[in-house]
Amino acid sequence: MTTIQPASGIADMGGTDGWGTAPTIDPNEKVFKEPWEGRAFALSLLSMRLSGTNLDAFRHSMNRLDREHYIDDGYYGRWLYGAENLLMDSDIIAPGTVEARAVNLSGGHADEPPAPEPHKPDYAPTAAGSLRQIDAEPTFAVGQRVRAKVQQAPGHTRLQHYIQGHVGTVAIIEPPQVLPDTHAHFIAENAQWVYTVAFDSHELFGPDAERFTLNTDCYEDYLEDAS
Amino acid sequence: MTSELTVNDHVPIQLRTEALEDLLVERGLIDRAVMDNFIKTYEQDVGPLNGAKVVAKAWTDPEYRERLLDNGTTAVAELGFKGPQGEHIVVVQNSADVHNVVVCTLCSCYPWPLLGLPPAWYKDPAYRSRVVKEPRQVLSEMGLDVPESKEIKVWDSSSEVRFFVLPERPAGTDGLSEEELVPLITRDAMVGVAVVGSP
Repeated sequence: MTTIQPASGIADMGGTDGWGTAPTIDPNEKVFKEPWEGRAFALSLLSMRLSGTNLDAFRHSMNRLDREHYIDDGYYGRWLYGAENLLMDSDIIAPGTVEARAVNLSGGHADEPPAPEPHKPDYAPTAAGSLRQIDAEPTFAVGQRVRAKVQQAPGHTRLQHYIQGHVGTVAIIEPPQVLPDTHAHFIAENAQWVYTVAFDSHELFGPDAERFTLNTDCYEDYLEDAS
Repeated sequence: MTSELTVNDHVPIQLRTEALEDLLVERGLIDRAVMDNFIKTYEQDVGPLNGAKVVAKAWTDPEYRERLLDNGTTAVAELGFKGPQGEHIVVVQNSADVHNVVVCTLCSCYPWPLLGLPPAWYKDPAYRSRVVKEPRQVLSEMGLDVPESKEIKVWDSSSEVRFFVLPERPAGTDGLSEEELVPLITRDAMVGVAVVGSP
């Protein structure tokens, strides 16, 4: 039984304010700054398999995190918290298990919950990866004006808030892909055409914005004709 | 060293990671050797050198450049580059008129087969949030002043398409071979927050 859990909203940060100055570049930065980051990276990839889920579910497992868990331990921190969500969703580990083990590793004493009976999602991909062959022709054409819909469903989506309701022009027709909004919740793959849509910066951010073109990918379900 | 915790304490992330690994290994659900191999792959084998080879080839082989711009996925596969986060590669080229820059505002999607795992700046909330709203300002803060004469195109990776920037070949490199060009090409230029400098 899949329960659709809402995103917290923190991940959808495009166009939001309050994050400070742009980062500096360290050309000699290590791939994993500390050993735990590499372990968290590998654990997360394996947790996706162990939990019988998929990449979209993993992304949503991070989008469900509150600000503290999403931000405070950085990129691989949110991967680890997301992976734990997947493992708990599929009853591979019970809530509280990781915390209890951490107490025990630190020299303290905590009772660890027994391993539950796993319940992986009733789901199997129709092919590897996210690209699919479909029979339908693309609904929209290159050069067509399209509007990004306003998304109100509570679950996963890749439709960024900052483009919702805005009109752009189809720049590229990309290959059909599974729809993250349903795939993340194991409802259906819903493979469909994807369009790279070009938005004028003034359309998105008003007449005082810098002048540039913002290109982003929209699944067919995210768009409506605006020609 | 971590001091002794009780169940209500905040668990530091290093210890949390160790605890999860410990639990899953103990239950026979994962193999540490597999984890080590994932880590080694991205620490040693898959990184920006791959992308640099693609760029150097595109700079020196006009037919390859055409194939790369026409179908990035198959053109980079010619050099052996494919794998996770590389299902569909779209190459966008910088020119005298256009400067391209890539971001993923929703997480930090990045073309792993060509550039490896993303650097800290790419994952920084300030970069993710601002480069889609004020790219010229953000690039300037990061050390790149894009001439007003150039149009900026921002590419926000929201599907499984991965965008890759083909930088402009710098002046003074006409006599250099493909192999000699490779070390000039930086990760940051292939995302679009820098340009490739003359040697």
